[in-house]
Amino acid sequence: MSAEVQPGELTPRITARQLSRRRRRAAWRDGWTQFRRHRSGMVGLVVLAFFVLLAVAAPLIAHADGLEVTRATGGVLEPPSAGYWLGTDDKGRSVLTLLIWGTRVSLLVGLLATVISMVIGTLVGLLSGYFGGRAGAVLFRLTEWFLVIPFLPLAIVLATVLGPSLLTIAFVIGVTSWPGTALLIRSQTLSIKERAYLERARALGGGRWHQIRRHILPNVMPMVFANTTLTVTIAILAETTLSFLGLGDPTRISWGSMLDDAYTVGAITTGSWWFIVPPGVCVVLVVLSFNLVGQALEDVLDPRLRGRR
Amino acid sequence: MTESEHGPLLSIEGLSVTYRTGAGEVPAVREVDLTVGRGEIVGVAGESGCGKSTLASSVLRLQPPSAKVEGRVLVHGQDVLTMNWGDLRALRWAGASIVFQGALHSLNPVQRVGRQLAEPIELHEPALARGTVDGRIGELLEQVGLPAERAASYPHQLSGGQRQRVMIAMALACRPDLVIADEPTTALDVMVQSQVLGVLSGLVAELGVGMLFISHDLSVLADLCDRIAVMYAGRVVEMGAADEIFTRPLHPYAAALSAAFPRIGDPAARYAPAGLGGDPPDLRSLPPGCSFAPRCTRVVEACLAAEPPLEDHGAGRSAACIRVGES
Amino acid sequence: MTIGAVTEAPVSVDQPRTRRRSYGRYALGKSVGALGSLGFVLVVNFFLFRILPGDPGRNLGRGRMDSAEDLAAFNEAYGLDQALPQQFLTFVRGTLSGDLGTSLRYRVPVSDLLVDRMWPTLLLVGTATLLATLIGVWIGVIGAWNRGGRFDRFSTGGSLTLYSMPEWWLGLLLIATLAVGIGPIPGLFPTGGLSSPGVDATSLMGTFDVAWHLALPVTTLTLAYVADYSLIMRSSLLDEIGEDYLTTARAKGLRDVQVRNRHAVRNALLPTTTLVALNIGFVVTGAITVETVFSIPGLGLLSTEALEVPDYPVLQGAFLVASAAVIVANLAANLVYGVLDPRVRA
Repeated sequence: MSAEVQPGELTPRITARQLSRRRRRAAWRDGWTQFRRHRSGMVGLVVLAFFVLLAVAAPLIAHADGLEVTRATGGVLEPPSAGYWLGTDDKGRSVLTLLIWGTRVSLLVGLLATVISMVIGTLVGLLSGYFGGRAGAVLFRLTEWFLVIPFLPLAIVLATVLGPSLLTIAFVIGVTSWPGTALLIRSQTLSIKERAYLERARALGGGRWHQIRRHILPNVMPMVFANTTLTVTIAILAETTLSFLGLGDPTRISWGSMLDDAYTVGAITTGSWWFIVPPGVCVVLVVLSFNLVGQALEDVLDPRLRGRR
Repeated sequence: MTESEHGPLLSIEGLSVTYRTGAGEVPAVREVDLTVGRGEIVGVAGESGCGKSTLASSVLRLQPPSAKVEGRVLVHGQDVLTMNWGDLRALRWAGASIVFQGALHSLNPVQRVGRQLAEPIELHEPALARGTVDGRIGELLEQVGLPAERAASYPHQLSGGQRQRVMIAMALACRPDLVIADEPTTALDVMVQSQVLGVLSGLVAELGVGMLFISHDLSVLADLCDRIAVMYAGRVVEMGAADEIFTRPLHPYAAALSAAFPRIGDPAARYAPAGLGGDPPDLRSLPPGCSFAPRCTRVVEACLAAEPPLEDHGAGRSAACIRVGES
Repeated sequence: MTIGAVTEAPVSVDQPRTRRRSYGRYALGKSVGALGSLGFVLVVNFFLFRILPGDPGRNLGRGRMDSAEDLAAFNEAYGLDQALPQQFLTFVRGTLSGDLGTSLRYRVPVSDLLVDRMWPTLLLVGTATLLATLIGVWIGVIGAWNRGGRFDRFSTGGSLTLYSMPEWWLGLLLIATLAVGIGPIPGLFPTGGLSSPGVDATSLMGTFDVAWHLALPVTTLTLAYVADYSLIMRSSLLDEIGEDYLTTARAKGLRDVQVRNRHAVRNALLPTTTLVALNIGFVVTGAITVETVFSIPGLGLLSTEALEVPDYPVLQGAFLVASAAVIVANLAANLVYGVLDPRVRA
């Protein structure tokens, strides 16, 4: 429905939905402009884009054959050379190839785990914040209990019991990291609930689900957004750690599993730095980038969330 | 008894404070002149954003370090703006103190009230014994109408009015000659407000302190103060005796402020247009000419040419409007 | 001489006796909560190993028990032939009396193993946490108070980078450079273990030996924790800096450092305590991975060793101890918080 100008009117008529959509788009543009001002956030974004590209284009850059142990052509733990830019691993494979392909697993598992964690956390946080009384208190209690359980012991137990696989890892990380998000979303929901305009919406006859969908959710989403980047960093670090401990899928290469291999074959004592340093550097780069982007996001969304300077 | 023999307690001369923000320079205070004498209450009236609070914090040099400050602020004849740090810290609270607005946020939430009262005393009079300090705290609280046991309370355990009284007691802790009250009754309801005002005026009468009272509420100022300065967009636009400003304002802005309060029993007041249209000006982009011109009901061509200077109109009255004196 | 009458009712009056009682009530509430959490942990612990489809005996035995008698014996030994509620009660009773089962790998009671391996972990984690708290708080305070300055930019950048690093990878790097040595430069520290063979750990020589072995692991953990704590302290202090009561403090004539320490930092410690308590799981994780990489015979290494078999009783026991440690640490943080912040006691 386009805006129409009626004779005698100075301004075109516009529907409420068009207006809100226009405002939302303007808000997005505003946010992006503000984000662009953060040098660190932009650097992080560029680095992330690079790694995503690497993951997506892996088959084009490094031949999948490079992962096959049976087709390895290099020597054992050879230092970097013209043929192998990052040297070889203990099975003669190119470390660079492993690194590139490892990007996929590390990013995918991290993302999957984040989705699981954010969905559970946001749902529980929203519901426990919005519904007071019994239900809300029970959910809050549950959140607090899950919060105290330390991540790695639980992850080790779960992964051992469920068997090593990428899905297990993603599941384990998702199931252990949602309480942090839930607490955050809950407190945000509580503060939104206090605001006067919800009273008005209720007075106008808005039902519960309408309120959650139209009023609370849009105001909680910025915080969810900013929190997601933090959760991804936790997920990626967790996946790396779990793979390092041998709990990942033994058939798939990830940066963590590379480091596990390196440790097991004694790459440290033989000084094979090309096997130890690059995977870790990749993890640091990706996690640091997410952190920088998350910080910049928080800065951009901050004035709207808390009205601070 | 408006000025001591040694000159006024507080003398602000040509003060200009400009904040440097990411979005440009903001001239919060522009060439303000003001004096306060011993035992005198001088009021500063204006809307929020007109520079009143900046003025208040300038007296003790509390502006952020990024602010550009020009002019002189003489307390007891000494320029606060150029003092060395040692003298300034000695002056702070002992020579002049501030009663801040919003006592809930101006008090440390996790310290007992008594502790916060004791802090300046211990700082400026370190030789005093513990018992003497405690005694003084009790006296201070009683002076503002609070029982001495309140010293053991935390700020969140007190009501708004009680907190404001604590702020007043705290401001008097080191027996200063000059007290700046920055909107001390703004957040309070009317009953509590009148009590707090009673406390303040009583204290001025008893202790002979000089007070600079800042408020957006002209009716409060008219009641309490000896003289009033009306500020707009960082400048003083009118100055004079309190009741005169309220009843016969010269500057259109002062007139609008005064008209905003209905006079009970005056039938004309019920029909007079009281509201002041428009918004306060954006200090970053002030129009040339009189800064009040966009909202003024008596604006003429000449008003847009240059900012009118504060002109003396006799009997201690001055106003910054070129149309004063016309019919 | 009173000016003005007191006509308002006080919001609440706090006499010394009620003060102590309100903290007591607060402490009791938190302690009960901690017990509840412990109970929940027990439930989770129990059910974790029962969630597998199929015969728990076969699954837990992982194919090493093929004959029916072996399976029956295993089931009996671990009480798996009883009804589930009965099993749970047995489990709880056993746990509370200190019986955590027998290690599949070492054939000794799990509780003995846990006690044996506890002190290296405590030594490692305790030292690292203490150092990291002192250093991290200091860095965070200086950084936040001089926000944007050179120190702040370097320390924040450094902390962020360290925080983005898996702490065990940092350990690996330290081993590779300082323990193994690079090129002609020899290693200065041992590559692992807690003590050199043949040295009596209780003698003076032994103490130095242990300290020498712990140098790199403690450094690794401390760096990891410092990154976390300094970022937390910095953000908490930044939140306080804009507050009005600091202006009041300055107006009273306090020096900048006094305003910072007496008011801002003191108040910023409150959210810091909360956030540190929230991150205690991170401390546990770090302990496990660093012990593994440096072969320190503590609870962490025990857990990762138990993965190989898999030694389920040990895993269960370690999980219990780790969770209990976090709960206790959280309780301690809550109690400290209650002392620092009078508002929660109201």
